[in-house]
Amino acid sequence: MKGLKKKIDSIKPKFEKGGKLEKLHSVFDGFYTFLFTPNETSRSGVHIHDSNDSKRTMITVVIALLPCCLFGMWNIGLQHFMAIGDPSREFFRLFFYGFFAVLPQILTAYIVGLGIEFIVAQMRGHEIQEGFLVSGILIPMICPVDTPCWMLAIAVAFAVIFAKEVFGGTGYNFLNVALVTRAFLFFSYPSKMSGDNVFVQLGGQTAVDSYSGATPLGQLASSDAGWQVTNIVGDPLSYTDIFMGFYPGSWGETSCLCICIGAAILLLTGMANWRIMLSALLGGFFMALVAHNWASPLYPVSYINPFMQLGLGGFLFAIVFMATDPVTACRTNTGKYIYGALIGIIAILIRVYNTGYPEGAMLAVLLMNCFAPLIDYCVVNANIRRRMRRVTVKNS
Amino acid sequence: MNLKKTFLPLINPLSKDNPVIVQVLGICSALAVTAKMEPALVMTVSVIAVLALANVIISLMRNTIPQSIRIIVQLVVVAALVVVVDQVLKAWNYEVSKALSVFIGLIITNCIIMGRLEAFALNNRPWPAFLDGIGNGLGYGIILIIVSFFRELFGSGTLFGCQVFPDWWYEAGYQNNGLMILPPMALIVVACIIWVHRSINKDLQE
Repeated sequence: MKGLKKKIDSIKPKFEKGGKLEKLHSVFDGFYTFLFTPNETSRSGVHIHDSNDSKRTMITVVIALLPCCLFGMWNIGLQHFMAIGDPSREFFRLFFYGFFAVLPQILTAYIVGLGIEFIVAQMRGHEIQEGFLVSGILIPMICPVDTPCWMLAIAVAFAVIFAKEVFGGTGYNFLNVALVTRAFLFFSYPSKMSGDNVFVQLGGQTAVDSYSGATPLGQLASSDAGWQVTNIVGDPLSYTDIFMGFYPGSWGETSCLCICIGAAILLLTGMANWRIMLSALLGGFFMALVAHNWASPLYPVSYINPFMQLGLGGFLFAIVFMATDPVTACRTNTGKYIYGALIGIIAILIRVYNTGYPEGAMLAVLLMNCFAPLIDYCVVNANIRRRMRRVTVKNS
Repeated sequence: MNLKKTFLPLINPLSKDNPVIVQVLGICSALAVTAKMEPALVMTVSVIAVLALANVIISLMRNTIPQSIRIIVQLVVVAALVVVVDQVLKAWNYEVSKALSVFIGLIITNCIIMGRLEAFALNNRPWPAFLDGIGNGLGYGIILIIVSFFRELFGSGTLFGCQVFPDWWYEAGYQNNGLMILPPMALIVVACIIWVHRSINKDLQE
């Protein structure tokens, strides 16, 4: 390690102002601070820095995502082999099938996203921010496994430029970058982002006779399915299956268990806010209860019971990993409760009552991202008004 | 020099004082009619015609219009011209007229027209007013055409209804971008034009 540091320190002057490779100095900085803790300290006054900088935050979130990520890869393999009627359930065969299915997408997301971040950082003379570290893995995780890489590349470029860099880069985006990517794909290429043919990779092989690639929510939205959901070969899904995530979907979102592990990591390390998660869960449960109570044949999704409603689709994933994004969420604690609850309510509302969209979590989070500053403004002003009243009472 | 000054009302709105990207007027119709190039072009021509004629008519009447009812007079003139344009379009190209539906009628609400009548035609003689109408109509039209070019190219893969991308692109997996057809993308394209325009004209940056 020492040798490496020496070597890197020896080439450092080249990247500083006036050096030969000045143009690449932000790239160098990025890798340098990635490898070593910067030893620059504040020179004047009193400063207290939290050792929890944005790099560590991002890495923690990536670690929290790992269970979903690894399970998702295995699940892609499982769905594939089930669909083509291959009885093999060998762990590594399934896992590596999924791994190689999503590897190009992960690479595309990182190369395009980081490429743009590096270029922008260099143009502005900023340091490279680590924000894309999480977005880059989140983006493939919330897209169907068969999303073509060129579509992903366009969507990532759009999201990074228009949702993030034009507002000032990492920490200034008012919309969640990963969700903007997904929304762009969803509205641009609907045939590749929803429906029965995108969530299971067949890989050119013929499927077994009873095969249907519809996700549980997709099945429910087409009213003839009744409330009983099945897996892709037509066997009914039990609560355990739904909790474990053995059904088709975007690869990060299916397993409630893995999402709970991720949520636990985020909460224990203090990276995500429990208020948002709790209120979103309660909001979603409340809305699911309302929908279930007044279920109507017009809206077939309203028939399933609230627990299943929360367990299916991307709802949990969205409230754990998307809604809690500290940049786009509300800042005030009261605001966080309102923000979270509305995300939960709107997500289920869209899912149940808008038959055009089988899943509403993405749209709910994006919508509330837009309203987060307004909620904060109202909460802060309410507080000011409350305290002003106290002041006048004392004076009079 | 004198010639340049005469044609200033014509040239200024094309870039430095563009009604859409500098004054940010007429955005609504720029979103609504730019999904395809043909309606955008027809819209451009219609707006130029209405704006130039209205400017001339109001300019001719500028000394007789009482200050207190000038908006009503302007509205009557514009409405009459819009009806004429609408009828001509229906007779001449019914398909496009149907595609544009209410938006031809809504030219009357286009802020650019009322804005130019108020700001220019009421205080200037007919000839400069005419040039100003043509100039602003063209400035509006340029943006419409640029936006519709990108939206039709990437949204439908066509230009004026003719396919641009070869079939083998589609066979290789290329797909038209559905979002380009939707109005939000028009705003983003307009924003990109403003971005480019401001980075060229640094004096417009705020």
